[in-house]
Amino acid sequence: MRVKRILQEKEAVIQSSVDLTLIDPLIEKYKSKKGNLIPILQGTQDIYGYLPKETFIKISEQTGLKLSEMYGVATFYTQFRLNPVGKYIVKVCHGTACHVQNATAISEAVEDALGIKDGETTEDRLFTLESVACLGCCSLAPVMMIGDETYAKLTGNKAVKIVKEIKIKESN
Amino acid sequence: MKKTKVLVGLASCGIAAGANKVYNKLKALQEADKLDIELKITGCIGMCYREPLVEVIDETGSYLYGEIDEEKAVEIFDKHLKQSEIVKDYVVKSDLFESKDDSFWDGQVKIALRNCGVIDPENIGEYEEHDGYIAIKKILEGKISQEQVIKTVLDSGIRGRGGGGFPTGMKWRFAYNNKADTKYIICNADEGDPGAFMDRSLLEGDPHAVIEGLIIGSYAIDASEGVIYCRAEYPLAIKRLNIAIDQAREKGYLGKDILGVKGFNFDLYVKEGAGAFVCGEETALMASIEGERGMPRKRPPFPAEAGLWGKPSNINNVETFANIPYILLNGAESFSKYGTEKSKGTKVFALTGKINHGGSVEVPMGITIRDIIFKLGGGITDGKKFKAVQLGGPSGGCIPEYLADTIVDYDSVNATGAIMGSGGMVVMDETICMVDIARFFLDFTGKESCGKCTFCRVGTKRMLEILTRITEGEGKEGDIEKLEELAYQIKDNSLCGLGQTAPNPVLTTIKYFRNEYEAHIKDKKCPALNCKKLLTYTINPDTCTGCTVCAKNCPTDAIDGARKEIHFIRQDACIQCGMCFSKCKFDAIILS
Repeated sequence: MRVKRILQEKEAVIQSSVDLTLIDPLIEKYKSKKGNLIPILQGTQDIYGYLPKETFIKISEQTGLKLSEMYGVATFYTQFRLNPVGKYIVKVCHGTACHVQNATAISEAVEDALGIKDGETTEDRLFTLESVACLGCCSLAPVMMIGDETYAKLTGNKAVKIVKEIKIKESN
Repeated sequence: MKKTKVLVGLASCGIAAGANKVYNKLKALQEADKLDIELKITGCIGMCYREPLVEVIDETGSYLYGEIDEEKAVEIFDKHLKQSEIVKDYVVKSDLFESKDDSFWDGQVKIALRNCGVIDPENIGEYEEHDGYIAIKKILEGKISQEQVIKTVLDSGIRGRGGGGFPTGMKWRFAYNNKADTKYIICNADEGDPGAFMDRSLLEGDPHAVIEGLIIGSYAIDASEGVIYCRAEYPLAIKRLNIAIDQAREKGYLGKDILGVKGFNFDLYVKEGAGAFVCGEETALMASIEGERGMPRKRPPFPAEAGLWGKPSNINNVETFANIPYILLNGAESFSKYGTEKSKGTKVFALTGKINHGGSVEVPMGITIRDIIFKLGGGITDGKKFKAVQLGGPSGGCIPEYLADTIVDYDSVNATGAIMGSGGMVVMDETICMVDIARFFLDFTGKESCGKCTFCRVGTKRMLEILTRITEGEGKEGDIEKLEELAYQIKDNSLCGLGQTAPNPVLTTIKYFRNEYEAHIKDKKCPALNCKKLLTYTINPDTCTGCTVCAKNCPTDAIDGARKEIHFIRQDACIQCGMCFSKCKFDAIILS
């Protein structure tokens, strides 16, 4: 019975919300290339914003990559996420230069404003807060990145204002 | 008459400062006015502290305008571009008159960064006009042998710019000597050191120089395939590299029978990293290219014998490759004439932290740290006191003020306990707590440890716990000795550079700032007034307006006082969270 239940669960998962056909071209492109695991995961994350469990199973079935290897790689690299994220990912830089220019204050201010902690997503799925190692804009520290936009020479208040502006824009 | 050129610095730093808006504004103005000028993008010229930068080159000379916003762009357009009237107030550099920023350029020698901020990085023609792809043509047309190329690199004395400092020519020779049907050449662009951005600048500003360096390397060691492993946090660098690779392929610099030379085949692709600091280590990087977890492998065999996919491979850093075409074109002597006896040439540094002129500079080896910080870097911000400089990121260490006359070359820097590293220079003033900095780096290396070696995996965690305890006022007698003991254990028992160097920030801060550790442990004080838990918060009765904001935000209700009356913090209830300090709009909270 137990075996059956697990199988049913697996099927139920596969019928779930994400559209698995989206990754077909990706699998086709990398299927037979060596060293394909990371590009496939990166491509999948580009599509869904994270790595849905179902995609692991599908990729494994179609490429022959082992689930254990895929999971190992997905949890090793900080880029990969196993949970859905908000529409906007707020990356607060905590590189050395930003640290000495008080990046902690930026994180705290944004945490306060959004009511979430580092790594969490707001309930409305609008924002995910992440602290990152270095964005490479060290002379403009402290910085944060939302989408492709980098915001430089921040203060706590400035950072909160930027986040709130996005919120207002989204609610309109 | 030559057309007036207008260059807008569009590297990541420029864009972050708003250069895109400036470029778009100028573009719109040009189109509206149908003004006959050449408006172009360029990379980072290094003057990040003056971003966004706009350079105007007309028949009279060149004028670099700094801190330009849309409004100023309109002014420059109306005055300089339309009426040839220079807006002198905004000029930060010109070849015609002196400006207050000239000290930033004095002493700089640009070899690796020769084209950054000069050419359009997305246009191969401009690279070619600036001696681009001439070195490889010269080698192929002159039938210069592989041995000769390697010898020139050896003679130039160039050492690995990623931080290791291993002679590049020697590395090439090893790879050349190992015969195999397939060999790989890899460019390490996984610039993971927090606080360093030299490679990003280079890739965004002059991707073709790196590509040409790789082509020359591939010729020298017989590699048929190349990989540029670039961290995913640098989307613009990846984009420009891909553009450059396509252009180079189209022009016949990459692909089969390069430049018509039968049998010289080489192609190149960019591999995006996935966010792991340890992948900057060469064997971990190769594991990552192969699609595995980026864990270092045991050496020997060295990559030159069995590297990527088990084949002989050579791996160099971005800056190393960018220097190669220059060296081959101008001769070993053109490079080795700069520098010290054992460290030749120039080195790019990223100046950041509490420094007035933050940006990237390229200086000859042998210049003193003090000159870099005070002459080029313009000194410490807000007139504060210079305390230390952090070199080499998480693998490096803090060099104190009294050693600032140390010259930059591999051996002198190593002698201080720090390392040259890839070139990140984070300047710290008196407000920075050295114990906190050590804690910061251990937090970083602990998180980034791949977990393979127990000493690195567990040891960094234990060190971090001790350091955190010290910064929170829970330090104990004997903690410093325990940190040192752990540090040496980790250094001795880790497989790769990450573990072997992870304790460096702790060891150097203990070496040079032991009194600060002792103050934390014995007196429960943070001399830099940085560690929150060790501070006493009081209210200055002269500036307190009684607005009640601090009392409202205090999580433990430790602040008494009615509206419009001077408030008071009850020390027995205060948990040193710092909330009142950050919320007070009148600077009335005093730290001591």
